[in-house]
Amino acid sequence: MISFLFYVFSALALASAVMVVTRKNPVSSALFLVMTFFCLAGIYVLMDAFFLAVVQVAVYAGAIMVLFLFVIMMLNLSPDELPAFMNRRIKWAAAALAIVLTGSLLFLDLSRRLPASPAGELKGEVGALGDLIFGKFLLPFELTAVLLLMAIVAAVIMARREI
Amino acid sequence: MVNLNASIIVALLLFGIGTLGFLIRRNAIVVFMSVELMLNAVNLLLVTFSRMRVDLDGQVMAFFVMAVAAAEAAVGLAIIIAVFRKLRSIDLDKASLLRS
Repeated sequence: MISFLFYVFSALALASAVMVVTRKNPVSSALFLVMTFFCLAGIYVLMDAFFLAVVQVAVYAGAIMVLFLFVIMMLNLSPDELPAFMNRRIKWAAAALAIVLTGSLLFLDLSRRLPASPAGELKGEVGALGDLIFGKFLLPFELTAVLLLMAIVAAVIMARREI
Repeated sequence: MVNLNASIIVALLLFGIGTLGFLIRRNAIVVFMSVELMLNAVNLLLVTFSRMRVDLDGQVMAFFVMAVAAAEAAVGLAIIIAVFRKLRSIDLDKASLLRS
């Protein structure tokens, strides 16, 4: 059952990722991106990473996607002034590059043997992750707070002045 | 039980789709969404390896990636708005002020 659900979520995530890249209208791209995020959250639940699944839905599907849709609707571009794709030659070169990159990554992955099933159980619950974040990873956590503050200040300055 | 090798392949394909979108689109917002796709692919890979090694460190790393992605989305969209104010367009081909 879990295996079946995993394949369903993976197929949906990949299909909607392709739709994100190929739709001309940015609003439909954004909504397909929400679909991808939800499917990834489902995969996280299947892998027992419960906390990350919740954060994925709250931060990505909640906050970041609202920001995207807000900007799309604030700019309010009419369909004929929407830029779509690069010209044909760049498009094919880029597609070839992406395929070569993915193919070489897949080759690297398939050419080594990793254990298919882990040795033990692992539950990514809030308590266990909190112990790590506030213990072993305390300094990176505090630095993340500084980074978020910098991002807020930068976004405000960028948005209010004429640059 | 989730097949972890299949999960790695899904993450790689997702990264590839994100790369493709980053390279072929001219709409700045969609290029940005492609970057988000790539970040999510990396997160999936981190969670998979965390599961494989029976070690929560990978999930903490994915958590930090999400925090950085949120900061990056805020700054990036502010940059897109600033570019739009200057050029009245979000076409990346038109953003060539530094070229001349």
